[in-house]
Amino acid sequence: MTKTAERRPVTRAVAATEPAPPPVGGRGRRRLAEQARAYAFLLGGLVCFALFSWYPAIRAVVIAFQKYTPGSSPEWVGTANFTRVWHDPEFTAAWRNTLTFTLLALLIGFAIPFVMALVLNELRHAKAFFRVVVYLPVMIPPVVSALLWKWFYDPGAGLANEALRFLHLPTSNWSNGADTALVSLVLVATWANMGGTVLIYLAALQSIPGELYEAAELDGASLLQRVRHVTVPQTRFVILMLMLLQIIATMQVFTEPFVITGGGPENATVTVLYLIYKYAFLYNDFGGACALSVMLLVLLGAFSAVYLRLTRSGEEDA
Amino acid sequence: MSTRTLVSPAVLARPRGRALYWSVFTAVVLLFALAFLFPVYWMVTGAMKSPDEIARTPPTLVPERWHLGGYTDAWDLMQLPQHLWNTLVQAAGAWACQLVFCTAAAYALSKLRPAFGKLILGGILATLMVPAQALVVPKYLTVADLGLLNDPVAIWLPAVANAFNLYLLKRFFDQLPRDVLEAAEIDGAGKLRTLWSIVLPMSRPVLGVVSIFALVAVWQDFLWPLMVFSDTDKQPISVALVQLSQNIQLTVLIAAMVIASIPMVALFLVFQRHIIAGISAGSTKG
Repeated sequence: MTKTAERRPVTRAVAATEPAPPPVGGRGRRRLAEQARAYAFLLGGLVCFALFSWYPAIRAVVIAFQKYTPGSSPEWVGTANFTRVWHDPEFTAAWRNTLTFTLLALLIGFAIPFVMALVLNELRHAKAFFRVVVYLPVMIPPVVSALLWKWFYDPGAGLANEALRFLHLPTSNWSNGADTALVSLVLVATWANMGGTVLIYLAALQSIPGELYEAAELDGASLLQRVRHVTVPQTRFVILMLMLLQIIATMQVFTEPFVITGGGPENATVTVLYLIYKYAFLYNDFGGACALSVMLLVLLGAFSAVYLRLTRSGEEDA
Repeated sequence: MSTRTLVSPAVLARPRGRALYWSVFTAVVLLFALAFLFPVYWMVTGAMKSPDEIARTPPTLVPERWHLGGYTDAWDLMQLPQHLWNTLVQAAGAWACQLVFCTAAAYALSKLRPAFGKLILGGILATLMVPAQALVVPKYLTVADLGLLNDPVAIWLPAVANAFNLYLLKRFFDQLPRDVLEAAEIDGAGKLRTLWSIVLPMSRPVLGVVSIFALVAVWQDFLWPLMVFSDTDKQPISVALVQLSQNIQLTVLIAAMVIASIPMVALFLVFQRHIIAGISAGSTKG
């Protein structure tokens, strides 16, 4: 914005003093007016991006090397924030939990929607019903899903243990046990989010040309062989995309551990984002919070770069 | 429409195939009902049980007596009207700001050829690579410096910095035929007039998708409003539910959870065809 504002009077002055050929001068002025108008349209969006996206990204890196207390002027402390955060026992727990969560979410939250979409795609009745029902949990606010499952996992009258008792299976501690808590949270996240994945898979499955299946069948391919040699290769791109998007999303998990377990028991469900929140709002250590943010940023940025590169090459193929 | 899928229609036409099909169909219906509808049923009816009925083991499948007290208590005790109103103000403002600023910026980037337009677009797309949640702390500090804490503007303006929606709009505008816009200009319409009476009416589908994304995002968000609204009276329903969940009777809490879910579920049921079509189309178009 400032660029055009600065440039305008200069060019105008030039056009006024020098007898430049009229068509060029006129066109130049019109171009400037066009530019001013274009930037008037851009202004609101640009200011918001600058204030709430670009500036915070730079600021995260700056504060990561500072001792920052709101209200007083920041001091440079070098890499002290990084070393302090690194030696926090919760740091290892948070990264281990986040990576385990991501991996489990990938295993559980990936196979189930794929199989579900495969089966749904074969059904010729009540199509709209299935799509609405599978997407319903996505529309329930995540906080409500988390509170709902916290109640299901209740060791007393919780539905989860009632179901196990009904099936004559041993009961579990679910989110209250140090070794089952993380898996319990993965189940919640899968339940709450898989609707979107199923719908996207369904769309991908519908774009597979039917002749491929016919040809495979003529070649004597069994059902599973058809899945392996037709369905999977044909949807490989979508699978890969969703996998990366899911990794990026689950690495930032916060609501479920915050609401259901509060990071416990014994730090079994503290995640990186949760730890960032704790550093900022419990310890008032914004330098440490930003150091952690930068680490998360670098890792997720790498995943995102892969994602963008893949989508771009995918577009070129299409 | 009978596109060929994994199983051939010939197999399904045979008696054995048909029997198998219907048993799989029934199994899937039951599974879906159990996995997705039953938890919702359990929540809605749980709120109508009496406090000692809800703590009973084994639980009752249907409430012995239907109490509506849970819902009315939640409405009054947890100040739900206030929190629902806060959420509505935050969501509506974020929606309006996104429609105005994102549309204008996308139109400028798509049709007005601003200097450094490529660079700006690159800068906007680069934010897609920076996961939003990882930047909440510096974003919080910026909002605090601007004096916007406990103010719905802290939701509205950051919502505009949504590269995904802006890109969606820009790509749609890119596809609009140039000659229609040029014809409007020859007829003497200014840029704003062209945007308002030519571009926007042609863009209804994409504006619908962006609107739904904008509303749902604010209604479902938790971490950002948790940071920004420390003042209980300003909190949206998601934050208030968690803050109040500690010391409130279970049936009342569950009733509040049901009430908090109603607006988005209703929105979904009304617009389900558009929402589902939008998600499915988004996937194949990248």
